[in-house]
Amino acid sequence: MTTELVPTGHVAALPPTKPGFFGRLPVLKQLRQSVGLQRGMLVAGLVITAIFVLVAIFAPLIAPYGFSQLRDDAGAFGAQQPPSAAHIMGTTVGGYDVYSRVLWGAQTAVLVIIMAVVFSIFAGILLGLVSGYLGGWLDRVLVVIGDAIYAFPSLLLAIVLSIVISGGQSSLWGGIMAAALSITVVFIPQYYRVIRAETIRIKAEPYVESAKMLGAGAPRIMFRHVLRNATRTLPIIFTLNSSEALLTLAGLGFLGFGIEPTAAAEWGYDLNKALSDVTSGIWWTALYPGLAIVLAVLGITLVGESLNDLADPRLRGRKRVKQKEGTMSLTSVDKPLPSETEILEENA
Amino acid sequence: MSTDVVTPVVQIDDLSISFATDAGAVKAVAGVTLTVNRGEVLAIVGESGSGKTVTAKSILGLLPETATLGGAVLLSNRAGTATRDIVTLDKKQLRAVRGADVSMVFQEPSTALNPVYTVGWQIAEGLRAHNAKLTRSEAKRQAIDILRKVGIPDPEVRVDYYPHQFSGGQKQRVVIASALVLNPGLIVADEPTTALDVTVQAEILDLLRRLRDEFGTAIVLITHNMGVVADLADRVAVMYQGVVVEEADAATLFSAPQNDYTKKLLDAVPRIGQGRVRTVERAAERERMRVSRASEGHVDAPVVEATDLVIEYPGRLGRKGFRAVDEVSFRIAQGEVLGLVGESGSGKTTIGRAIGGLTRITGGSLKVLDFEMNGFSERRFKPLRADIGFVFQDPAASFNPLLTIADAVAEPLVIHGRAKNPEAARKRVDELLEAVQLPKSYGDRFPHELSGGQRQRASLARGLALEPKLLIADEPTSALDVSVQARVLELFAELQLEFGFAALFISHDLAVVDLLADRIAVLYHGALVEEGTGEEVLEHPQNPYTRRLLASLPVPDPAEQAARRGLLASLQENSRANPAG
Repeated sequence: MTTELVPTGHVAALPPTKPGFFGRLPVLKQLRQSVGLQRGMLVAGLVITAIFVLVAIFAPLIAPYGFSQLRDDAGAFGAQQPPSAAHIMGTTVGGYDVYSRVLWGAQTAVLVIIMAVVFSIFAGILLGLVSGYLGGWLDRVLVVIGDAIYAFPSLLLAIVLSIVISGGQSSLWGGIMAAALSITVVFIPQYYRVIRAETIRIKAEPYVESAKMLGAGAPRIMFRHVLRNATRTLPIIFTLNSSEALLTLAGLGFLGFGIEPTAAAEWGYDLNKALSDVTSGIWWTALYPGLAIVLAVLGITLVGESLNDLADPRLRGRKRVKQKEGTMSLTSVDKPLPSETEILEENA
Repeated sequence: MSTDVVTPVVQIDDLSISFATDAGAVKAVAGVTLTVNRGEVLAIVGESGSGKTVTAKSILGLLPETATLGGAVLLSNRAGTATRDIVTLDKKQLRAVRGADVSMVFQEPSTALNPVYTVGWQIAEGLRAHNAKLTRSEAKRQAIDILRKVGIPDPEVRVDYYPHQFSGGQKQRVVIASALVLNPGLIVADEPTTALDVTVQAEILDLLRRLRDEFGTAIVLITHNMGVVADLADRVAVMYQGVVVEEADAATLFSAPQNDYTKKLLDAVPRIGQGRVRTVERAAERERMRVSRASEGHVDAPVVEATDLVIEYPGRLGRKGFRAVDEVSFRIAQGEVLGLVGESGSGKTTIGRAIGGLTRITGGSLKVLDFEMNGFSERRFKPLRADIGFVFQDPAASFNPLLTIADAVAEPLVIHGRAKNPEAARKRVDELLEAVQLPKSYGDRFPHELSGGQRQRASLARGLALEPKLLIADEPTSALDVSVQARVLELFAELQLEFGFAALFISHDLAVVDLLADRIAVLYHGALVEEGTGEEVLEHPQNPYTRRLLASLPVPDPAEQAARRGLLASLQENSRANPAG
């Protein structure tokens, strides 16, 4: 029984791969892991999303005109002007500069996404954690409410909310809040469900039982042991929900419940106003806001889908290895116990 | 066989396998050369990560896409008329080979069978895959035939049963039947008995032996259990770090191992009777302590005292509950190690959880540190938790993956107010890590950065952080390799001597329990069938179930194991005549 197994041959242990701080950040970690097509998708998504965000931040600098500007020193822009040097994407039926409004629209979109996700993520996580861990009647009631909210079409909810908040027509913040809150209501159950399911799974893990054995109270177990382990999938839902939030905002604007053109630029509103233009051959008023929506949603979705694939080891692609390549990992035998002197040295 | 020169069933030549992983290329097998002859059982033994499973799976071409193979795997069919190199076959050719020339028996029978199809359908699936014209009734006839051969009673009726209607051992028989139905020359059995109880394991090993003797099927047996190897194998290949370090016939390997690694592996296998001397010493020591304390006027209350303990799990509406523990009485004195042995479903884990306050008891009385657990209230029990340590079965799962080892070991200290935060407890944590023979610096590592044995040592450190009066260890070594297990058990014994805690040591392995326990209690279907010192229970077992359990435990010695088989057969005969046990 007093044996110490010493590896017989010389064995090179796998070099420890300790990524730096940046390598451990959620998205960058996946970027490092990815190869081939998956990497291409992720990079494309990241580039599009980055451009989207940068445009939103620097819209006041990039845009040649304000979003509600109708005239400059040379006089009024005129309605439905085709693309020209002064208005590279033409002007709308209302006489706004299309290029400027597309750029400013990014700002509105980013604001709505941030607010919608921030509102829903905290409420959703907290509810999911408490309901999953404590269970019982609270859990059952919350699940029923969540299911009921799922049954509503999100756009209908959004319309109702935008009427409640601002009587249908709205200012910049009224419109953004209406869109963000309506999306929040729809998203809370999503975060709630994911976190609840994870919590129920983690609740049965031995490390939670071990914490219980040690006498830890429910709040300590929930926040120290369960919460951080349950948030693995959040970046994925976060990105997928962002694109959905963007689409809901555009949908609201398209249906006429969006933001007044004098309050903020909004792609859905512009699309709505461009409806009649399309049949009369005026393509530029509809094309560019539409393209902006497609690109923004595509970028965010690409990031989300790639993260989803990369999070699953079975879907994650890897570089092919050559024959007889690679180092043998030291897995077979537990390292021999360090001798007394070794421990002393190491502890010194 | 008509030919004079008998071709081997499979010839593995300089096989090397590399995997693509997130951390880069990892080599799993480095130049393995093996031969399996007809009607021979070749056991590949080694510890986890030694490449044994990967080698065996390459015979079926069952490796994932991330693997790259080099070398050759020459497989010939049953008649010995055709030989093909598996490494070079495409998917279609591989499908033709699998099932017909070589098939596989998996470790876990309950997941290897699809729960929504009858077993007959699943056996016939293999037949249909190789013969599209086969009629339904003919397929069924063959399925019934093969079920009879593997020893399923009433195969005509049972062929239409679903997997859940069989017991674990019968399920494994069904899996073997479906592997056997096309009469392949070779069966690869990957840990075929690891998921089974030891008494069932003996039956499955018997069946595999019959395959070799009656059907002439060659078997590649992958296992880490040296007892199983001694019981079944003709020849043994020992793998370590992706290479075969020793290959010999079973008798030679066990009697005269050549390689250092093999010797150490065999030495690490626990055998019944090893712990006897130490147990007697400890008992004498405890008695001295008790007498000296009694003379000072102390009377030591037992740490745990169960009287007619009953634990029932509630049944579904209108159904009777399941009685997991049935009127069990036992006691653990201070500083005493009680080994609780039983097969799956015997209630041993339930008892451990009840003592830890994780499961409520439904009848009788259970006193833990003089606290009555019947009518349990978490709030009143919480202060006592400081005196109870717990070590879980799977060290990988019992640590929060996001906390460092130091933080995890500090948890009990923080919870019970001995330290304000994990940083403040660091000094004590370092002492504990040293006590379990881990370097201090390991405290800053995350659980996945430690090996299995190191994690279980850290788990011991956590269990002992508050210097408990009682330690409950639920199968603490069953997830570990045998050499690692040996060292963890040794450490456990040393710590027990040093700290003097009482312990409830739960295990399914009699030999492991015998190493550590002062007294052994044997559970069977929730009832305590026998209790006594290791000598009483293991040398002179009174209960027929204990005897059967003992006889089923395969010993790492082919000659002795052959003799024990006869004994087991007669015991099983008796138990069939008198199933009450």
